Amino acid sequence: MTTLHGDIHGAHGHHGGHDHHDGSYLERKGGMIATIIDWATTIDHKKIGVMYLVAVLTMFFVGGIAAMLIRYELIDPVTIAQVDGASVTEGTRLAALFGDKDMSVAEADRIYNRVMTLHGAVMVFMFIVPGIPASLGNFLLPLMLGAKDVAFPRLNLASWYVYVFGSIFGILAIVMGGVDTGWTFYTPYSSSHADPGHWRVVFMILAAFILGFSSIFTGLNFIVTVHKLRAPGLGWFDLPLFVWAMYSTSVIQVLATPVIGITLLLLVFERLFHVGIFDPALGGDPVLFQHFFWFYSHPVVYVMILPGMGIISECIAVHSRKQIFGYKAIAFSSLSIAAISFLVWGHHLFTSEGELAATIFSALTFLVAIPTAVKVFNWIGTLYKGSIQINTPMLYTLFFLFTFSIGGLTGLPLGALATDLHLHDSYFVVAHFHYVMMGGTVIAFLAGIHHWWPKMFGRMYNERWSMFACVLVFIGFNTTFFTQFFLGTRGMPRRYASYLPEYQTLHQISSLGAGILLVGFLLHLALLVGSLIAGKKAPANPWGGLTFEWEADSPPTTHNFHHEPIAKHGPYAFDDVVPPHCDPKDYPLADPLPEGAKAH
Amino acid sequence: MTTLDINHGGDAKANRPYHQTYTQASHFRSKDEEFDAVKIGMWLFLATEVLLFAGLFVGYAIFRMMHPEAFANGSHYLDWKWGCLNTIVLLFSSWTIATAIGNAQRNEQKALRRNLLITIACALLFVGIKLTFEYMPKWSGWFLSIDPALSHYESSKTALGGMLHFVEGYGGKRPGSLFDYPFAENPYEPMWWSIYYCATGIHATHVLIGVGLISWLYLRARKLHFGPGHYNAVEIVGLYWHIVDLIWIFLFPLLYLIH
Ligand code: HEM
Ligand SMILES: [Cu+2]
Repeated sequence: MTTLHGDIHGAHGHHGGHDHHDGSYLERKGGMIATIIDWATTIDHKKIGVMYLVAVLTMFFVGGIAAMLIRYELIDPVTIAQVDGASVTEGTRLAALFGDKDMSVAEADRIYNRVMTLHGAVMVFMFIVPGIPASLGNFLLPLMLGAKDVAFPRLNLASWYVYVFGSIFGILAIVMGGVDTGWTFYTPYSSSHADPGHWRVVFMILAAFILGFSSIFTGLNFIVTVHKLRAPGLGWFDLPLFVWAMYSTSVIQVLATPVIGITLLLLVFERLFHVGIFDPALGGDPVLFQHFFWFYSHPVVYVMILPGMGIISECIAVHSRKQIFGYKAIAFSSLSIAAISFLVWGHHLFTSEGELAATIFSALTFLVAIPTAVKVFNWIGTLYKGSIQINTPMLYTLFFLFTFSIGGLTGLPLGALATDLHLHDSYFVVAHFHYVMMGGTVIAFLAGIHHWWPKMFGRMYNERWSMFACVLVFIGFNTTFFTQFFLGTRGMPRRYASYLPEYQTLHQISSLGAGILLVGFLLHLALLVGSLIAGKKAPANPWGGLTFEWEADSPPTTHNFHHEPIAKHGPYAFDDVVPPHCDPKDYPLADPLPEGAKAH
Repeated sequence: MTTLDINHGGDAKANRPYHQTYTQASHFRSKDEEFDAVKIGMWLFLATEVLLFAGLFVGYAIFRMMHPEAFANGSHYLDWKWGCLNTIVLLFSSWTIATAIGNAQRNEQKALRRNLLITIACALLFVGIKLTFEYMPKWSGWFLSIDPALSHYESSKTALGGMLHFVEGYGGKRPGSLFDYPFAENPYEPMWWSIYYCATGIHATHVLIGVGLISWLYLRARKLHFGPGHYNAVEIVGLYWHIVDLIWIFLFPLLYLIH
């Protein structure tokens, strides 16, 4: 491979490299060891994206196992029965699983608390926050901009290593015996120093702290990339909506993460040096911790969902082959969600902050629902009169519209003070955030993985079976979590290993749903891995997309494009353009309106 | 990947300093574009730094409101003269690094190296003053030991999970419960010391990171890496150094001057 360098380069822009004999980025560079070294030292955004995809899905698996354990414990309540005059604890399923049937109730609760914390911390910090931006975002953002790479490729690789390093700390805390603070690390759970699990808590907090850096690196890189590396002719309003979503996400990542950084650092100091800032016994303030924590963690829920919304915008336009409805409204709603998200953290503290603050935060919380709803209406508007192709990405997209709407709408009773006092810390909250995080983000992630799988790996997955798995996930998800709305409104509090007998039926239905979900996910995994081995070769543009990534080969070449692409049409101009690499017969353009006819 | 340089052949290139032959990374269209990108990146990073310290400033404000006497008491034990001297040292170093950027732009290699060295010296002087005249006297009377036997002493406190033992002699002004001391005039005074040590400690860490970065610049400057054609690294480390300075400018009055 030869690259032209020198002043000519600067003067005339890229020489697309027609003289490159550029192979696929997946091409092996020699033997096993050489390949591993090649991947471990790569600064190619595509390989880093794939490495991130593997890493975050691994953590999803780890978190998923914990979820299954939680649902397993909750199949029946923990009870103390009298057998032959002695009291026997029953229903401590996790205790039995881990080898000690005769554990005391308190002991069993401790195990449950650890598993629950493990689930939350892994899913939030190691899976869903880095998830879409670092994997699909890394892979697609430069492609969509028509660029060769992100602005700072080495920083990008560093972010992956920092991520792995942070995750190792987290895993260390888990294998050393786990942490029972909850993923929110509320003080004094996380600051009481008498705990024998001292180092584990420190490690878990450090893990979250370190992971924050990888998040900042990614966000910073993306912002600069979008500003500086757009292809010629690609204006801000020609950007695919996925790029707008990534941009908004990155802004939040860069502005919110440092605050959790200092908070967690102070928490570590709290444990190591007893500085007392969050410890009431020393004059500190635990509610301050909650404020700091949510100042980051509320905006970060939009780090989780905005990339998902970006994927949905892409999928819905491409698979219904229609100009997206309200492009600017969607783009600006991403930005305004990012902005408003910094003003509503107090809605997590309705029960611990003052009344005036709670009232103001409640009002602001309702504001955030507006741009969110704007998006949903625009997506539905896009579907209207589109030629909808039902395939796995589209099925997931439709599924998203349904579940995410439920998730968003149930945020409103939580945002209203009077109702939240009843619902706070109940299963209703659990159901709410699973509908947005799983029914929203994870579902969108799956849509995106299937949508871009042919591009990323050059193979088609099995459509029928994948749609079947999608339906399983849909049924499993709703069975698991819809029940939890009822549990919550009836008073079941969150984070308990046991419950009153009247909740048992609903809990069992929920656990059954979790089993179906597991089957669905495993089936997806098998299908995707299977496609790598035996899948049909994918064409460059299987869905007829118009954004730049579909101009590249499937899988793309190392330098992404044979010629630097130039933007000549909008990202969703399906009415006027035959998609690249596609046969005009398959993509007939809309007839021009007859003379004198009015556009509707 | 081989790089085929059409403008300057191998030999000619070998004789010319790095900053003249430097070309941007291949995914940028021009050197200017790269320079802009690097600068935006650094500004974003600086925003994260400001937000990081913002957490500490908010903590300061809240605890000051909660325990005003404790804060007033504690700040009496800081000597504004040392703080003021350190402020001058940092301000001066900001000026020298700003000048260093100008030196690189004008290809004044000697002055560039000199200014970088002065900046490093100032940074070290700052940390030195902080340690010898501010931290250490307040710590006098305790020592750090990893010997568990010492934990038997009544006056000892453990930290770092029992690995470190702080054995108190007659006590100084130190943060938190671990470090409680007999001279506290106000029960919440340790809180003031916590905030003081966290804020100045994290700031001093940034100063030391700056020392590392500027030393790296110096080593590169010796190899003639920077000049009119290429001074990205000097520029962005300079930006970093200004923010470290700026944060101190806020810390100084808040900690030393307000009573
Ligand atoms: C229409 C938009 C939304 C509104 C109005 C809203 C409102 C709320 C409120 C008021 C709470 C606090 C409930 C309580 O603890 O009593 C809450 C909790 C939560 N929400 Fe949302 N939310 C919205 C969207 C989202 C999204 C998009 C996500 C994530 C992708 C999300 C994730 C969460 C999480 C994780 C919690 C619980 C955190 C915990 O306590 O562990 N929410 N939501
Ligand atoms: Cu929130």
